[in-house]
Amino acid sequence: MISLGIDSGSTMTKGVLFDGSSVIAHRMLPTSMRPGEVLREICAGLKSSDTEMVVSTGYGRELLKDADAKITEITCHGAGAAWLSPGCDAVIDVGGQDCKTILLDRDGQVTDFLMNDKCAAGTGRFMEMIMARVGSDISCLDSFVEGCSPIPINSMCAVFAESEIVGLMAKEAKPGDIVLGCVHSICRRTAVFAEKITPSNPKIFFSGGLAQSQVMRQVLGEYMKGAAIVTHPLAQYTGAVGAAVLGYRKLKRRKGNNGA
Amino acid sequence: MELKKDLPEIFEEFADARKNSFLTIKELKEKGVPVVGVFCTYLPREIPNAMGAAVVGLCSVSDETIPDAEKDLPRNLCPLIKSSYGFAKTDKCPYFYFSDLVVGETTCDGKKKMYEMLAEFKPVHVIELPNCQNETGIQMYRQELIKFKELLEKKFETTITEEAIRNQIKIRNKIQKALHRLQYVMANDPAPEYGLNIVNTVYGSGFHMNVEGLADELNAVTDQIEKEYAAGKNIGKRPRILLTGSPSGGAALKVVRAIENNGGVVVCFENCSGMKPLSPVDEENPDVYDALARKYLNIGCSCMSPNPNRMALLEKLIDDFQVDGVVDLVLQACHTYNVETAMVRKLVKEKKGIPYTVVETDYSQADVEQLNTRMAAFLELL
Repeated sequence: MISLGIDSGSTMTKGVLFDGSSVIAHRMLPTSMRPGEVLREICAGLKSSDTEMVVSTGYGRELLKDADAKITEITCHGAGAAWLSPGCDAVIDVGGQDCKTILLDRDGQVTDFLMNDKCAAGTGRFMEMIMARVGSDISCLDSFVEGCSPIPINSMCAVFAESEIVGLMAKEAKPGDIVLGCVHSICRRTAVFAEKITPSNPKIFFSGGLAQSQVMRQVLGEYMKGAAIVTHPLAQYTGAVGAAVLGYRKLKRRKGNNGA
Repeated sequence: MELKKDLPEIFEEFADARKNSFLTIKELKEKGVPVVGVFCTYLPREIPNAMGAAVVGLCSVSDETIPDAEKDLPRNLCPLIKSSYGFAKTDKCPYFYFSDLVVGETTCDGKKKMYEMLAEFKPVHVIELPNCQNETGIQMYRQELIKFKELLEKKFETTITEEAIRNQIKIRNKIQKALHRLQYVMANDPAPEYGLNIVNTVYGSGFHMNVEGLADELNAVTDQIEKEYAAGKNIGKRPRILLTGSPSGGAALKVVRAIENNGGVVVCFENCSGMKPLSPVDEENPDVYDALARKYLNIGCSCMSPNPNRMALLEKLIDDFQVDGVVDLVLQACHTYNVETAMVRKLVKEKKGIPYTVVETDYSQADVEQLNTRMAAFLELL
């Protein structure tokens, strides 16, 4: 019994195959300008003959017409985090175009969520833009800021923050110091946002592409006093994992009902 | 009264009442009937109705005229205020165009200042609405209502008798009772109808110029819904949502659509186009102005401080309508409703123990997809 979960995000499309106890395959491609095609490509590449359930999630979830279920990324991120890191109280997901905090109960059920989908300055896209601005790439973030000290970035808007950075570069500020300043800016913002709903001393599962950066996890932890920030090598696949886990449960229920 | 049409057609008719009444207003105007444009449910329509005036709602709910408004007003202002001002300035709203007098109240800061600018090109009267619902506030509002009556008498060279006001109180009470009854059909589980149809009917009823026949018309709609429900017609079991917060008509109905297109149903609207303004005026009170002041000032809008009546009404409605979750709609830059979200969250989550979420939005359609995701996710957790 195998389920397939696919998360069509704004930047990356992710898919995982799940057999009830572990993720047996995973795959990721840039969403690009053709989200539907990429979605089907991932689906075709992963789907095995014994895949009995396909669940899609993410902004492009409606594009996979033959999915057995379409579930929002909020519910899927919750389920994925609860599976990847059992016992976590909340998820902070810094995605390509939004940032969300999802509160979980002891059973890993979503009880509340907040979503910032209005402002780019709190998203992965912002860091991507900044890294491009300093001539590097988001995957090099940790090494780029090693040994640097952050310069405060004050602008509340991604576009104005970029102007502020251009100004700093004109004063020959060290690019690593600027980037670390941006890391602080995004983490401070994320912490204030998350703490609206998180309990005290929470165990936070950090997901999304930026969770792969050690410096992001560390700085976010500095701004969230008392929180334990955890992640997982598959953190970028959290939504897809959740979709697959929820799909697997549906499958089991269906079989249980048929058997009874 | 017996309905000669099917419910979908009736809902359509009510939803289009705002558009369809343009001609009626023009005809009334040509007959010499004065037209009074109003913004807010705090204004007792009984007073202008008592001199035979047609009363029309001017609160605007489309983003069409916002760019024009932003030439004078700041961008970061509530879309309802910008839209209203924009329609007045561009004369794109026939109701504004035909209004002999525009009446505003000192409700929120944005509106107060907007009326000052509106007064430069429209005849505007601003009623000072106290922000506190105590005896001092009621007495002050009573005085303001008398001043408003006197202004109408002077401007339109007429006399407004207490008897005429008393008569209008009776008519208005009947209308509000009918609106109350119509909305309470949604207390049934499963719900008989989509919330969108109910709220459009309620909103549209504000543009029916036949004030005296309106209660009967509304009751006929309710009778029909009840009859069909008894015969087994309903929309099926769905998560039951209460929508609260800023005014949600027109473009902001996208939130209602996002809820109902994703499997939920809005069973109750705790806002000014829904249940908020419907408590009756005391017909026994010998002082009509005192009676009006007491009813209207006690409406639980977030411009009141403190605002206990909103919380009390919310609690009652959550119980009466067997609500599964509460969605709080805040129009962008609507500070008072935005601040109150913290208090409503506490009431809904801690006291009532049901899920709660806030959506901040404006009149553009840019966030429709995000709204779909949010509302679908909220419904998934119920």
